[in-house]
This record gives sequence, C-alpha cells and structure tokens, in this order.
Amino acid sequence: MSAVPHDDHHHEQHPYWIKRWLFTTNHKDIGTLYLWFAMIMFFVGGAMAMIIRTELFQPGLQFVDPQFFNSMTTLHALVMIFGVIMPAFTGLANWLVPMMVGAPDMALPRMNNWSFWILPFAFAMLLSTLFMEGGAPAGGWTMYPPLSLQTGAAFPFLIFSIHFLGLASIMGAINVIATILNMRAPGMSLMKMPLFVWTWLITAYLIIAVMPVLAGAVTMMLTDKFFGTSFFNAAGGGDPVLFQHIFWFFGHPEVYILILPSFGVISSIVPTFSRKPLFGYSSMVYATASIAFLSFIVWAHHMFTVGMPLGGLLFFMFATMLIAVPTGVKVFNWVATMWRGSLTFETPMLFAIAFIVLFSIGGFSGLMLAIVPADFQYQDTYFVVAHFHYVLVPGSVFAILAAVYYWLPKWTGHMYNESLGKWHFWLSAIFVNLTFFPMHFVGLAGMPRRIPDYALQFADYKMLISVGAFGFGLAQLLFLYIVVQTIRGGERATSQVWDGARGLEWTLPSPPPYHTFETAPVVK
Amino acid sequence: MARWKFDQAVAWLAAILLPLLSGSAAALPASNMPRGVTEISREVYGLHMLIFWICVAIGVVVFSAMLYSIIRHRRSRGYKAAQFHESTTVEILWTIAPFVILVAMAIPATNTLIAMDDTSDPDMTIKITGYQWKWHYDYLDHKIDFFSTLSTPRSQIFNQEAKGENYLVEVDNEVVVPIDKKIVLLMTSNDVIHSWWVPELAVKRDALPGFINQVWTRIDEPGVYRGQCTELCGRDHGFMPVVVRAVEQAEFDKWVQRQKSGGQGQQVSQAGL
Repeated sequence: MSAVPHDDHHHEQHPYWIKRWLFTTNHKDIGTLYLWFAMIMFFVGGAMAMIIRTELFQPGLQFVDPQFFNSMTTLHALVMIFGVIMPAFTGLANWLVPMMVGAPDMALPRMNNWSFWILPFAFAMLLSTLFMEGGAPAGGWTMYPPLSLQTGAAFPFLIFSIHFLGLASIMGAINVIATILNMRAPGMSLMKMPLFVWTWLITAYLIIAVMPVLAGAVTMMLTDKFFGTSFFNAAGGGDPVLFQHIFWFFGHPEVYILILPSFGVISSIVPTFSRKPLFGYSSMVYATASIAFLSFIVWAHHMFTVGMPLGGLLFFMFATMLIAVPTGVKVFNWVATMWRGSLTFETPMLFAIAFIVLFSIGGFSGLMLAIVPADFQYQDTYFVVAHFHYVLVPGSVFAILAAVYYWLPKWTGHMYNESLGKWHFWLSAIFVNLTFFPMHFVGLAGMPRRIPDYALQFADYKMLISVGAFGFGLAQLLFLYIVVQTIRGGERATSQVWDGARGLEWTLPSPPPYHTFETAPVVK
Repeated sequence: MARWKFDQAVAWLAAILLPLLSGSAAALPASNMPRGVTEISREVYGLHMLIFWICVAIGVVVFSAMLYSIIRHRRSRGYKAAQFHESTTVEILWTIAPFVILVAMAIPATNTLIAMDDTSDPDMTIKITGYQWKWHYDYLDHKIDFFSTLSTPRSQIFNQEAKGENYLVEVDNEVVVPIDKKIVLLMTSNDVIHSWWVPELAVKRDALPGFINQVWTRIDEPGVYRGQCTELCGRDHGFMPVVVRAVEQAEFDKWVQRQKSGGQGQQVSQAGL
C-alpha cells in the first residue's frame, strides 16, 4: 500500500490557474467549478426574483414593463433550474461519487471537463438575449407555443441554449452512470452503496431519458418558426397541446431530477447527526426507483385544464396520487432514523430537518394539486407557485446548503463558523416561509401566476411576500461569506469531521489529496 | 436556551398560521378558496377542504413524532442512540395506510369529476374566444356577440390616481347570464393560449387556437363574479379580466332585448342593470 501521503506527494502536483481550471480533468476541481458556477447563478437568478418581488411589492406598475416582467419570470426559472440546482447537484456528484464508491476519479474525465465548460457558454448565450431586439424570452420557462413563437430575435438563442444545457446534463449523467457501474471498490455491491450514490444513479438515468425529449420538443418549435412545419400550429394541421404533452413528458421527470439527489443528501446527513443507521435502507432504494418510474406516467397533471377526456383525467389523477406512497415511505424512514437516536443540531442537520418538514408541506400541496376538480381551481395560480417553490427552495436548495455545510470541512480541511451557519439557517428558514407560505393564500383567493399587477384584495399578502423574499435573498449573502471564510482558513477539520459520519469519504484526510483511491479500498 | 429555538419557532409559526388557515379571523384578507355559487363549486370546495384536513392530520402525526424525537432524543440530554434500522412490519404498514387514505380521497374526487364532465342538454351556449388581450363572447342562441376589455383606466395602473375597488377586475362589457340555467361555455382562441377562469363558478378551461373546449355551469345566486385569464398570454396577460353578471331570467330577457335593439354586435350601457 502506498497510501501514506509522504510517498505520494508527487501526485499532489497540479498545474496552476488557466491550465488547472480550464483544462482540468480532476473530479474534485470540476466539482468545485460546478459548485461555484451554481453559486454565481444563484445570485443571478436571485437578482431576477428580487426584480419580480420589487414590482409586486405594491399594486400598480412601478418599475418595469410587463414584457420585461415576463422575461424575468422566464429567465429566473431557467437560471434556477438549469444554472443552479442541476449544476449544484452535478458538482456534489463530482466531488462525492468517486470518494463514496472508492474510485480514483470519474470514469470519463475529459468528457467531465466538457460537460462543465459547455455551461458558461450556454448561459452567456441565454442571458445575452436580454440585450436583443424584441427582448429576452418572455413566454414562460415552459415555452408554450404559440406564445413563445412570438419571441423576437432571442428565439433561436433560447432554443440553442436549451440544446447545450441538455447536452451538458446528458454528458454529466453518462459520466455518473459509468463511474457508479464500473468503478466501485471491491466489495461494494449495489445494495451497499451510500444512498446519495443510489439517488444520483437513478437521477442520471432520468436525465438521459428525458433531456432528448426536451431537445425534440424545442427543435420541432424551431422548425415551426423557421422552416414552415406545423407541429404545433392548428391552422396547418398541428396541435399546440402536443407541445405541452412532449414538454411535460420531459418536465415531470425533470422535477424529480431536481429533487432525488436531495433525498440522497438528507439520507446521508440525518443518520450522522442521529448517530444511528438509516432506517429502511432497501425500502429507500425501492422508493426512489418507484418515484422515478411513476414520474414517467404522470406528466399530464401539469395540464389538467387543457381539456382532456375524462378517462385521461382519471388516469393521471390516480397515477399522481400514487406518488404519495413512496414519498411518504421516505419521510417516515427519515423520522424513524431520528427516532431514539442521539441527536445533535449542527447546521447541516438543521437544514436537513427543515428540509423534511418543508418538503413534506410541498408534498401535501402536491397531493392537493393531484385532485383534478380542485386542481381546476389551483391551476396556474399562486397556489402552484407556492407548491413548487416549497419543494425546490426549502426542498432542493436547503438540501444543497445542508450538503455544503456537511462536506465543506472535508473539501477544504477547515470547519465553517458554526454560529454564523446557524444564523444563516434561522434567517433562511424564517424568510423562506414568510415568502412562500402566504402564496398559498393569494393563490386560493384567486390570484393567477405570472402577472405584473394584481387586484387590491391581494395587496397585503403581496407586500409580506416581498419582504420575505428580500430577507431570504440577503440571508444568502451570509452563506457566500461563510463559504469564502471557510476556504480561507479556520479550525482544522479531522478526517472524520463528524463523529457519527460513515462512508469511504470520511476515511480520507481533510482536505483529501488531489488524487485519491489510486489503490481501491476494500469494502466489507 | 438555544436548544428550545426550534420548538419556539414551530409554536410561533403555528400561532400565526393556524388562524389564517381556518379563515376565522375576519380582519384578514381572503385566504381560502371561495365556496362559490354553483353546486359544482361547493363540491370542489368540499373536496379541497377534505384533502386539506387529511394532509393536516398526517402532518400533525408525522411532525409530532419528529418533534418528540427532537426534544427527547438529544445527545445533550444524554440520550443513547438505539441501533435498530429496519422493521418489515412497520414498513409494510406505512406503505398500505397511505394507499387506503388515497383511495378514500379518490372516490369523491372521481364523482365530482364525472359530474363536471357532463355537458349534455344545455339551456344555452356561449362561445368564448380569447384574444391578446380581451375576451369575445358570442351568445349562440341569442345572436348577440361583443368584446369585453379591461375598463380600469391607465392612470390608475400607473399610480397617477387612486385605485378603484375593482381595480384590474372590471370590464366595459360584462357577460350577463341567467341563474338556474345550465350554460355550456365553448372556449377557443384567436391567437395564443388563454385560460378563462371565474373562481366562484369553479370553471377554468384553456382557450386553445384551432380547438374548442367545453365546460358547463349553473349559477344559483344573482351577483357579479370576477376572474382573470390564467394562462400566460403575453405582455398584457395580467390585464384581461372576466366579469360575469348573473341575473334572474326576466332581467336576462330584458337585457337580451336591449342588446338586440342597441345594434348588432355591440353592447349598450350597463346602466339599467
């Protein structure tokens, strides 16, 4: 065994600056790039949310033109989905999957470099549309035709940036699958893998399955616009609802792409701070797989109001309700893991607990949305906005924050500032609820989504929501500060970091050497 | 006292949120789905509240177990961790129990949905066409048709004068309909996809270019019911409201007469109503 660091120090040599970061094929460096990219885009997408909330602070049109407002809602969604949550999870996968399965690197390092470096170019292209004639895309991130066909010069740039984002995700997903299936340490059978690895394996298959479907849908729209086809044009024999079916066949698995890795993160953190093994490991794996399967047969619940036959409505209602079963199993298992544990509440655990509670609230509103007659009232209102923000912000984003606090000492070798971390948590948890909880009320009371101005009955709640959003946005600057502070220094972290943590990544020093597991560890 | 922060936060949230949810505090702005003025809308409201309370009950059970664990099973109290990590019985139980609850929800939902789907034997039919950004109404049985556009003045929108009571939910020509009649609404669009929604009627359906959707309603009470377009349809999506005025049959007949004598295709003043 040459695992002693002294014998290995020549492996520590890596190039500097451009050569290191632009040409890197190292999974840790690429993970870092992904995570910083996600952080930057988090503030870009967040700034767009702040513009939206500023306009909505009071009734009347004060600050922006309605068309620009629509561009903000459209780009806010695209940036947060493709620029923040997906890259952040890919960054976590890059850092953690090789360390968790005992592999020296990702299976396809050169492609790993490509899949990251496509992203900045794709987003430069997407954001450049803000300066184009006719303005940025304003037809919603869902891009429904015929409305999105009214986009000006920005239209082909929107389509091609979607293509590039899809390409980058598919390449990342292939890499994750190849790494997990081929590079596990001896003795690590599939049913011994950490749940984060399991959830990412399933997520990667979802990405490969549905990204090409999105590419197909937007390409059909491109040819409708420029080459005289009529896929979505009723006057030429097409059907605008066809786009929605194809889009949501992508879109529903996509929302699980945005949440399944969170389940893996929470399943790592809760046992650590409960000092107790995860309850129901195998049922967690089966539940994740069931959710992934169901995600392919529920897409039309996003479009109950388009006018479907009764049989279709009933099928999609029943299938959607079924998702509550495996999702419930997951939540019950987390609670059972905490039950009779020996709990402590460091920042990652606080975010994980908030995730379980607030994601469940998002799940409850999801169940309500499945009930078709009631959905007719909820569809396209702020109730839906509240629902998906509950699963994506205190859901996915909290899971990512929890993951960063949990693994940052491993990555940097320094402990973060625990009391600042707790401040960040409490500010985030309070403001996120102040922002998104009242959205349920305005939605139920009748406020449609994606409008820049509103009737006076909604004014009180809208102001409250905006205050919450500004607070939540500011609180994230504290997170940036904490991360930078931790990278620059702080108390040395041990290799174990958390006394209850289990898994191969904790057997490595903190920070781990540039190349790890060149000799595969043996898992019993 | 740091260890009580979480419990305090939960209690604080509950104290603020529960009265809002129950809608019992009269001073609060509208915070729940309206019961509405049709049999269907009341059924939908009942379904909504049923599922809501089921979710609350499940939430109370699960979060209470979690809260108990957070308070009692902490290391700072010297609690030693148990090491159990599976129980087939419990896992099967909490897979089956939610399934049974779901079936209990699905049955009433299916019945309501079947009732909503029955557009047969209408007493009258109105064709509704969405435009960027206004609605066109065509009373097929009465040969009346007109456009309905936002009547809120721009000066109110741009904050140059005080906003009226029905700011953004008022129109020049209201859709006048009789009460206690089964009215079928045919939805279509002239350009992009719109969606016609009046919460009090529990009717929301997309207006698609090149296709016709059907919904029906039977209003019980005279009154003015307001809604909006709910499918993003471009720049002025937020500025194409729906206003339905439900009146007695006799009054409706008079309105129809006035429409016909007032010139083909144009609505006359609302003053008489």
